[in-house]
Amino acid sequence: MASTDINVGTHTHDDHHHDHHDDHHEELNFFTKYVFSQDHKIIARQFLVTGVLWAVIGVAFSVLFRLQLGWPDESFPILETLLGGWAEGGKLDPEFYYALVTMHGTIMVFFVLTAGLSGTFSNLLIPLQIGARDMASPFMNMLSYWFFFIAGVIMLISLFIQTGPASGGWTAYPPLSALPTASSGSGLGMTLWLASMSMFVVSSLLGGLNYVATILNMRTKGMTMMRLPLTIWAFFFTAVLGVLSFPVLLSACILLIFDRHMGTSFYLSDIWIQGELLTNSAGEIIEGGSPILYQHLFWFLGHPEVYIVILPAMGIVSHVMATNAKKPVFGYHAMVYSIMAITVLGFLVWAHHMFLSGMNPFAGSVFTLFTLLIAVPSAVKVFNWITTLWKGNINFTPAMMFSIGFVSLFISGGLTGIVLGNPALDIGYHDTYYVIAHFHIVMAMAAGFGMFAGIYHWFPKLFNGRMMNANMAYLHFWVTFIGSYCIFWPMHYLGEAGVPRRYFSFSEFDFANGFADLNIFISVAAIVVFFAQFLFIINFFYSIFAGKKMEKLNPWGSNSLEWTTPIVPGHGNWVGKIPEVFRWPYDFSKDGHEITPQTTSEKDLEDIPAVKRIPTR
Amino acid sequence: MAEYYYSKIHPKKFALWLGLGSIIMMFAGLTSAYIVRQAAGDWVFYKIPEVFTYSTIVIVLSSLMMILSIRAAKQGNKSLHRLGLLGTILFGFVFTLLQFRGWDQLTEIGVRLTGNPSGSFLYLISGIHLAHLLGGILVLLIVFIKSLIKKDPVKEILETSNPDRFLGLELASTYWHFVGVLWIYLFCFFYYNTI
Ligand code: HEM
Ligand SMILES: [Cu+2]
Repeated sequence: MASTDINVGTHTHDDHHHDHHDDHHEELNFFTKYVFSQDHKIIARQFLVTGVLWAVIGVAFSVLFRLQLGWPDESFPILETLLGGWAEGGKLDPEFYYALVTMHGTIMVFFVLTAGLSGTFSNLLIPLQIGARDMASPFMNMLSYWFFFIAGVIMLISLFIQTGPASGGWTAYPPLSALPTASSGSGLGMTLWLASMSMFVVSSLLGGLNYVATILNMRTKGMTMMRLPLTIWAFFFTAVLGVLSFPVLLSACILLIFDRHMGTSFYLSDIWIQGELLTNSAGEIIEGGSPILYQHLFWFLGHPEVYIVILPAMGIVSHVMATNAKKPVFGYHAMVYSIMAITVLGFLVWAHHMFLSGMNPFAGSVFTLFTLLIAVPSAVKVFNWITTLWKGNINFTPAMMFSIGFVSLFISGGLTGIVLGNPALDIGYHDTYYVIAHFHIVMAMAAGFGMFAGIYHWFPKLFNGRMMNANMAYLHFWVTFIGSYCIFWPMHYLGEAGVPRRYFSFSEFDFANGFADLNIFISVAAIVVFFAQFLFIINFFYSIFAGKKMEKLNPWGSNSLEWTTPIVPGHGNWVGKIPEVFRWPYDFSKDGHEITPQTTSEKDLEDIPAVKRIPTR
Repeated sequence: MAEYYYSKIHPKKFALWLGLGSIIMMFAGLTSAYIVRQAAGDWVFYKIPEVFTYSTIVIVLSSLMMILSIRAAKQGNKSLHRLGLLGTILFGFVFTLLQFRGWDQLTEIGVRLTGNPSGSFLYLISGIHLAHLLGGILVLLIVFIKSLIKKDPVKEILETSNPDRFLGLELASTYWHFVGVLWIYLFCFFYYNTI
C-alpha cells in the first residue's frame, strides 16, 4: 500500500446517511449479519452462492437433455431413478424434454448470468471501487436479493409440481404460453414461471436503480467518471439497460397473465383446436390478438438482456487483463464509449430475432443496419483487449486465463452474429443449431468465463481474504475451455445442414441422421465439461472455509481502491476516512514502477522513494 | 454534509427519478403495443367515458393539495401541512372511485375487458396506472400518520438543522405528481386514440 497520508481536507464525516461508519459497533446477530444483511459485501456473497447453486441445477438439466440428443434410442435407468414418471423406462418424456430445455434457458440466462454475475459483482465492486461505504439504499439492495430469492423459490417449486414446469422455451412465446391447455407445462408451470419472472424483474429494478444512483452520486473525492475502473462503467451501463428494458418484460408478462386468466386476447386470435374455434370462459371466440406483439415486447427486453449478461463480463475482463498484464488498458476512452454505443444500439436491434416472424421489409433493413453496426463497438473492444495484452508483462493467474479465454470465445461467437444479422442468411439459420452455437459461445460461455475470472480474481475480497487453489483452477480452465469449443463448434455444422433446434429427436429425418455420431461427440464433451465444473465447485466451497489466507493486502498488484480496505473489511469498508483518489486505475508500468495505486498523489510520487511505494510481488 | 463529493442531488431522490424512468418504460411499452395493435386493423373504436375527464380534474386538484402541503411544511405550518396531506389523500380516493365508475360506464356501452383489444387495453393500462396510484396513497398515508406523531421538542429543534428533514415528504410528493402526470398523458392518449 502506498504510504500516502491521505488528505481528505474538508471531508467531514456525517452521521446522516451512514450511521455505521468505521469499525462498526452495531449489534449484529446471525440473522442481521448473514441473512437479512444490508452490507453490500454480504449481499454480493448471497447473490454469488445462490447463483452457483442455480448454475449446478441449470447445467445438470442440459446434461439430461444431451443424453437424449446423443443417444435417442438408448434408455438410461438412472433417469427413471432420478426423475420418476418423467422418464419411464429410462427414456425422457418428450414433454419433460421441453420443460428441461425451457428451465435450462431461464435459469442460466436470468438466475445465473444476470443475478449471479451482475448481482454479485455490482454489489461487491461498486462501493469498493468507487470509494463508498455502501450503496445509495442498502435496504433496497437487501430487498433486491430477497426478491431474487423468492423468484428462485417459485421457480424451484414449479420443478416439482405434477404437471411439470413451463415448457414453451425460455422466450415463452404465445400461444403455447398463453393457453393453459396447450401442453402440460402450459398450465400451473407457466403460471409459476410468470410469477417468478415478475419477482425477478422487481429484483433487477431495485438492484439497478441502486447501482446507477450509487455510481453517479457516491464516488469518493477525486474519483471522476473518467477515473472509474472499467468494471464500474460496465456495471453502470448494465444497470441502465436493465432499468429501461425489464419494465417492458413486465408489461409483456402482465398482458400474458390477462390472456391466460382473464379471457382477454392480446396475443391470441382464431385458435383452432381439434376442429373447433377456441372460446373463453364466457363462450366468446377468442380473436383479435397478435402473437407477434408478444415477440416485440419480449425481445425489447430479450436483446438488451444479452448485453446485460455480457457487459459485466466485459468490464471484469478489461480490469483483470490490465491488472495482470501490468499495462494500462489500451484505449480507455474508446472502451467507455464502445460500451455506451453497445448500450444505445442494444435498444434498437430487437427485431433481428424476428426476421422470420413477418416484418415490413423496410423495418427489416433498418434492424439489419443497426444489428451490423453493433459489430463495430464490439470489434473496438476486442482490438483493445488484444492490444492491452500485446507486449504485456503477463501474469497468468487463473483469472487472467479465463479472461483470455473470454476474448477467444467472444470473437468466435461474435462472428457468427454477423452472419445471423443478415436476414437473407438468417432465413436458413433461424431456429437451427447455428443459433444455438452462436449464442452459447458469445453469451453463455463468454459470460461464464467472465464470471469465473471475476470469482478467481476477487475471491479474497468476497471471502475474508482467502484464496482459491490455483492448480485446480488451471485444470478447470483447460478442460472447460477446450470442452466448450468441442460442445459448441460442431453445432455450426448441424445448423448449416438445417438441423432445427428444440427437437426432441431427429431419427425421423434422414438428413439429420448423418449427424448421429457428431451428436454423441457433443454429448460426451458436455458431460466431461459438466463434471469438470466440480473442480470449481469443490475449490469454491472448500476455499470459503479453508482456503489459504492471502499474505498481502493486494495479492494481484492492482491499482484500484478495493485492495486498500482491510483484509476483512467491516460494514463501512474503510477504517477511518475513505481514501482520496488522484489518478485512474490503470497506471501500470509507469515511469519504471510496476503499479501506482489510485491513492498515490503527485506529491507522493516525488516524496516517496519508488522502492517503498511499490508493494512488489 | 455527507461523505460523497459529487452529489448535487440526494442519491435517494436520484434513485426515485430513475425508478420513474422505468415506470415510464413500462407504460411506453404498453402504449406502443396499443399503437402497433391498432395499426394492424380489426379495431373497435368507441368514445372514452366522460368520467375520465372528471378523474383527470380530480388528480390535478390532488397534486395542488400536495404542493400546498409541502409549502406549509417548509414554512413550519404544521396544521396546514396535515390538512394538505389529508386533502391529497382524499382526492386520491375520489380518483380511485371515479376510475371504477369509468370502467362501469365502459361496460355499459358494451366495451368489455374480454372484447376487442381496443377495450382490453384501456382497462388494463388504466388498471396498472391505478395500481401505481394506490401505492402512492399508501406512501402518503404513512407520511400522514408520521406527521400526526408528536415529537420530543428537543429532537424537533435539532431536526431543523438537518437539510434532509423533508426528504421523505419530497420523495412522496415527486412520486405523487408523477402518477398524476402519467394519468394526464394516458388520458390524452386514449382521448385522441379512441374517437
Ligand atoms: C456482433 C454482434 C452480434 C450480432 C450481429 C448478433 C446477431 C444475432 C441474430 C441476428 C440473432 C437471431 C438469430 C435467429 O434467431 O435466427 C441472434 C441470436 C442471439 N444472440 Fe446474437 N448477435 C451478436 C452478438 C451477441 C452477443 C454479444 C450476445 C450475448 C452476449 C448474443 C446473444 C444472442 C442470443 C442469446 C441469441 C438467441 C436467442 C434465442 O433465440 O433463444 N449475440 N444474434
Ligand atoms: Cu439480439
